[in-house]
Amino acid sequence: MSVRTLPLLFLNLGGEMLYILDQRLRAQNIPGDKARKVLNDIISTMFNRKFMEELFKPQELYSKKALRTVYDRLAHASIMRLNQASMDKLYDLMTMAFKYQVLLCPRPKDVLLVTFNHLDAIKGFIQDSPTILHQVDETFQQLTEIYGGLSAGEFQLIRQTLLIFFQDLHIRVSIFLKDKVQNSNGRFVLPVSGPLPWGTKVPGLVRTFNNKGEEVRKVEFKHGGSYVAAPKEGSFELYGDRVLKLGTNMYSVNRPMETHMSGASENLAAQTQESIAPNPLAKEELNLLARLIGGMEIKKPSGPEPGFRLNLFTTDEEEEQAALTRPEELFYEVINIQATQDQQTNEELARIMGEFEILDQPRRSASKGDDLLAMMDEL
Amino acid sequence: MFRRERSIPLRGSAAALCNNLSVLQLPVRNLTHFGVVHGPSAQLLSAAPEGVPLAQRQLQAKEGAGVSPPLITQVHWCVLPFRVLLVLTSHRGIQMYESDGSVMVYWHALDAGDASLVQAVFARGIAASGHFICVGMWSGRVLVFDIPAKGPNIVLSEELAGHQTPITDIATEPAQGQDCVADMVTADDSGLLCVWQSGPEFKLLTRIPGFGVPCPSVQLWQGTVAAGYGNGQVRLYEASTGTLHVQIDAHARAICALDLAPEVGKLLSAAEDTFVHIWQLSRSPEGGYIEVEHCHGECVPDTQVCGARFCDPSGSSFAVTGYDLAEILRFSSM
Repeated sequence: MSVRTLPLLFLNLGGEMLYILDQRLRAQNIPGDKARKVLNDIISTMFNRKFMEELFKPQELYSKKALRTVYDRLAHASIMRLNQASMDKLYDLMTMAFKYQVLLCPRPKDVLLVTFNHLDAIKGFIQDSPTILHQVDETFQQLTEIYGGLSAGEFQLIRQTLLIFFQDLHIRVSIFLKDKVQNSNGRFVLPVSGPLPWGTKVPGLVRTFNNKGEEVRKVEFKHGGSYVAAPKEGSFELYGDRVLKLGTNMYSVNRPMETHMSGASENLAAQTQESIAPNPLAKEELNLLARLIGGMEIKKPSGPEPGFRLNLFTTDEEEEQAALTRPEELFYEVINIQATQDQQTNEELARIMGEFEILDQPRRSASKGDDLLAMMDEL
Repeated sequence: MFRRERSIPLRGSAAALCNNLSVLQLPVRNLTHFGVVHGPSAQLLSAAPEGVPLAQRQLQAKEGAGVSPPLITQVHWCVLPFRVLLVLTSHRGIQMYESDGSVMVYWHALDAGDASLVQAVFARGIAASGHFICVGMWSGRVLVFDIPAKGPNIVLSEELAGHQTPITDIATEPAQGQDCVADMVTADDSGLLCVWQSGPEFKLLTRIPGFGVPCPSVQLWQGTVAAGYGNGQVRLYEASTGTLHVQIDAHARAICALDLAPEVGKLLSAAEDTFVHIWQLSRSPEGGYIEVEHCHGECVPDTQVCGARFCDPSGSSFAVTGYDLAEILRFSSM
């Protein structure tokens, strides 16, 4: 499929992740300075120059495992910690949101506008850091350079590649169910009304021409929908009215974040296909991870900024319950980097990782207080 | 009016590709074969008239090098004078099987030599023309394979140059006689259409330029090219001259499939806007040029359609596949 898809996938999923984390940080009343630090750290890691270089190389999409591992690392790029259940839920919400956005893009090229919407919002999260702002703007430039000139056909291929990546994912998301954007069977609602893609005329007209090119007949037919022409095209400039709402922050007001697991996944036979195949992590995937981790500063939860745990659920009990009841077919596999077969890359990665601490095993504790204490014990 | 018939369940959901449904009608045996691409595999199944599934088989894309298995781009039955072959195109090559998918009779690996780093390499677009099978490539080239009446001695006889961007679809029909020798049309991602005359050497007759959107699906009927475009339009051109005769603002999203019931002149268009439309093609009594009348529109709620085909020669029934849907939806007229 298209070898230009990974940057779009990564940036949009990353954008959704930041929306969700921002909302949870506020909901959990994390002090403003801590919350800002977390977002700043994650954004700075995401847009790290070496990482972006690796990301923008033409390549196949990463395996679901590799991508999930990337976001695991990214979410832990700062003083914040997430338990497995919360990380799973975060990833569920991120992926379903972007799947929805891709599916509803009027034109394949509009996925670029969705990406710009995410980047615009990310710039809004950055506080007092012109360096990080500059990194994001540079990424914007790169996106424009690479995607600005792609044809409609190439965007169609990118769209198909993304949809194949998201195939068979039907997790039900509360916000989507409430907004009637998703049905109770997990499928998204595809409206047959509203604005048309830029460049598409209102369906319902048959025009006939003679050999000289003159119109000789014009007949209307009933097409069944209720569409209107698009008011204008969204802007692809650094600043501008994107027109499209897809990719903007749907959590900016306090919205429910539940997801529903039962009956969420179909076609198990088709899904197990991927997990049965041997794991070897491709060299490229390892490189990306190495770059990502290499871009992360040494973080020790000590000194004036003690770490904290973020919960994607309303209570700790809910989080534990979610961990226990997650259906097996929805287990996300995260790569155990030590266990890969590529000896050389493995050693390199292990060396990079040895340079700083990352808590690989999420803590399970009954309350936030215990968690912080345990963390401080490690100092 | 059409009504929903019993759906046929699939083992795997349909992938978001265009032309993602192939149907082989076998009225003599009271059977219909269906072929759908899931991703790295394709599913073939046969069903009895009421849609009762009888047998199914899964085919895999060959040559899985690398971390993930290669993806299939299309599966299509090719009806030749003495045999029927099933052709499967992927990101690695072209696989040809006996019509029930039981035996692979030919494998052609793609040569990615010329591709730049940023180009995806794949085969896509399959059609039978006489005793040839034509398959399109990411480069815009069309490979012409000479198929013997039986056995595996398939030979690549020609490589057609006419397109610069990836081929999307190919359509053929038996030559219409002296006045119209055009019997094949190829389409690509830029919307360009090339009209050919088949033979020991294929000849390019006409080029019909695109207008900035891909042409994912194309059909040929009595010397008329019917093309579906990424902006939802269906256009009909005279094949031999390339003259535009009919322009239909048919759909609100990109068209993903066109099909023909040639005996009765019915055209089916399906798009990502969840609609399937059926059109009646005819020749005007005065000028003899092509006319189109809308017959029926069907909404498949909340389904991004990716494939649609007539299921019988009279065009009174059709089948539809949708992205993420693990069933083939069937409709028949009342």
